[in-house]
Amino acid sequence: MAAVRLDLGDDERVRRRDGSAVLRMTEVEAADLVLDPSDPVTGERADERMILNMGPAHPSTHGVLRLLLEMEGETVLRSKPIIGYLHTGMEKTGENLTFLQGPTNVTRMDYASPLFSELVFALATEQLLGIEVPERATWIRMLMCELNRVASHLLFQATNGMDLGAVSMMIYGWREREEVLRFFEKVTGLRMNHNYIRPGGVAADLSDGWQDDVRHLLDIIPPRLDEYEVLLNDQPIFRARLQGVGVLAPAEALALSATGPILRATGYDWDLRRDEPYLAYDRVDFDVVVGTCGDAFDRFAVRLEEIRQSLHIVEQILDLLPDGDYRTQDKKVTPPPRARIDESMEALIHHFKIFTEGFHVPEGEVYAAVESPRGELGCYLVSDGGPKPYRMHIRGPSFANLQTLPHLMHGRLVADAVAVISSVDPIMGEVDR
Amino acid sequence: MARVPILGDISGVLDEGLEGLEHNFVTARIEDLVKWSRARSCWPATFGLACCAIEMMATGAAHYDLARYGMEVFRASPRQADLMIVAGRVSQKMAPVLRQIYDQMMEPKWVISMGVCASSGGMFNNYAIVQGVDQVVPVDIYAPGCPPGPETLMHAILTLHDKILTGELTSRREQTGAGAGFDLADFPAPEPPAPEPEEAP
Amino acid sequence: MSETDVATEAHEDAPVASTALFGQAVLYPDRGAYLATVESLRDEGYCTATDLTVVDYLTHPGRSGLPGGVQPERFEVVVGLFDHARRERVRLRIQVPADDPTVPSLFDLFPGTEAMEREAWDLFGVSFEGHPDHSRILLPEDWVGHPLRKDEGIGAIPVQFKSASDRR
Repeated sequence: MAAVRLDLGDDERVRRRDGSAVLRMTEVEAADLVLDPSDPVTGERADERMILNMGPAHPSTHGVLRLLLEMEGETVLRSKPIIGYLHTGMEKTGENLTFLQGPTNVTRMDYASPLFSELVFALATEQLLGIEVPERATWIRMLMCELNRVASHLLFQATNGMDLGAVSMMIYGWREREEVLRFFEKVTGLRMNHNYIRPGGVAADLSDGWQDDVRHLLDIIPPRLDEYEVLLNDQPIFRARLQGVGVLAPAEALALSATGPILRATGYDWDLRRDEPYLAYDRVDFDVVVGTCGDAFDRFAVRLEEIRQSLHIVEQILDLLPDGDYRTQDKKVTPPPRARIDESMEALIHHFKIFTEGFHVPEGEVYAAVESPRGELGCYLVSDGGPKPYRMHIRGPSFANLQTLPHLMHGRLVADAVAVISSVDPIMGEVDR
Repeated sequence: MARVPILGDISGVLDEGLEGLEHNFVTARIEDLVKWSRARSCWPATFGLACCAIEMMATGAAHYDLARYGMEVFRASPRQADLMIVAGRVSQKMAPVLRQIYDQMMEPKWVISMGVCASSGGMFNNYAIVQGVDQVVPVDIYAPGCPPGPETLMHAILTLHDKILTGELTSRREQTGAGAGFDLADFPAPEPPAPEPEEAP
Repeated sequence: MSETDVATEAHEDAPVASTALFGQAVLYPDRGAYLATVESLRDEGYCTATDLTVVDYLTHPGRSGLPGGVQPERFEVVVGLFDHARRERVRLRIQVPADDPTVPSLFDLFPGTEAMEREAWDLFGVSFEGHPDHSRILLPEDWVGHPLRKDEGIGAIPVQFKSASDRR
């Protein structure tokens, strides 16, 4: 891997410092500011400068993101994302739920890819517990997560198209996503917010005939991806809206803690599935998709190709998925089977204790991370030995990725700001938590 | 040949002359016609907040096709919207924004509270979440679920249509004084300029 | 804890206690050596800061895993750094006393911690000296208190169930 220069350069750093602080100044203070002459559009026309509010109820801000844009005419100079309009207090709620109830809470963070939040919480809990998950459960988790990545990236294709005016793309993206959700509903019982991956395994085994359902998905989605390419990649307007917009360099992405497709689109070859393998990703074959110039088009193209790679992984899982148990047989975390409850008083008490008090998790602190469709999704868990986490912190990839927005929008038109927000693909539930 | 859907060929409708009035025309109250047209083109405001917003968008997309109810036009401007679907949890920070958007909508307006978070706070009973959006705006229909599937949302919408048609919502608002607080009595019609005598209707 | 391997690693400037929990390296610099430690780690090749958060140990002061010589305090700032070339993570746990909850900001070393530090201030009231925009990020600006502290309740409100109207 090529060494990456970390320095942002002095002017970049100053601009970011201003970008976050200046918009809080009074008008008098702001008027006293000396304008940076090296800015691409600042000149004598300082009187045309205005501050524009965008959001939080705006169709192009992906939920409740709010932006303050300092504009000169149509050009964005500085911008500041204002978040918190969806702050749900999930980290506080997580301290009041047992480890068994925890996935119900975290799954509602990133509602485009809920299974990843459950997965990272389960992985962290299992590390603290020191239990091994059966092979089959690991592979089921991989299967579901990769399909979830497909659904999430399809959602991105839909909203990205809609934001850029390709409204038909919205209909197409949703059409394919429904197919994946139908499989999820069959397996987990819910279309979203599954609470399927739990500490110790998964909630239920795959449904009967799941191979046919997955093969159906593998049959219908790739040709439709080819249609997207014809519809979007070959279209000059779409390319003009995205190419060269919001360019990010690898060093900047690293310095701003950006991960996921944003980092990969800059040409930086990094994917936790390959570089820090969890589950059984070291036993499947896939490519890490990287871009070349780090603009909005690369971010779009990386996500489109990642759908293909995920389907390629799913194809291998079809052959490799082993037989066995779908959850650990550790008596501590897994309730006794239903039949035992009828005949054994101990089993009944055990069952009751697991679902009321919860299982105790040894004292300690641990950080687990997975590669979610948006980047590194981490979970920092502190346990004090009780049945509830002492502290549950989720490192949301969208939260860190949002910090690139002021950088990406600087000096671009307002219309490009919409393309930039869309290409960063923030999920506000995960940003605000 | 003039064809009208449902009625079929109507080219000979005038042949009977005045006698045809008895069986070729249906009389109804203008109020019913207004309610019917309101129910059939109820444009929602885009007010997606959280998980439910994804399901709301899915309802509007290809498979579930909200256009069947004349509702596929999600308006970005609250001034053009008749219905606010509060889709997701409402945080303390968002509540004033929500109320402002509601106030910007033109009467008559309706609110669907989509999902348990919007209806009662759901599983997030903590410092950050408003425990029920009905503390901020008057709610007409509550859709259960976390998140409600598109079928549930469509059921909520059809229920709302029924209520608009029966006029129950507007009459209840008049009784309880809910809504935006506007009363026609507060805005008396301007005096007619010319003192011409008019016949009572 | 059986998996805890306590050792003391001699750093260039000052000795920084370190442990390995579940195979994850943890360093315990004190507040004075915090910036210098992060800077030397960055120069070693830890190229990105993945995470920054705070834990309030008010009701669990006797936490295990702390190596000898580290004085436990109420707040603990937890920073995660990642060395992509060697594929190694390191976690820093900095003890911050309750009567003076301040630490220097990492903004000049890792600009990506900007939002995370604001979040830590917002939810825990630990302030970061030298942060360019030290303000609330998630909660409304006029909010009083820091809700994730252990002495603040969850803030639950009893839900009032209303009966449906008689006219349906």
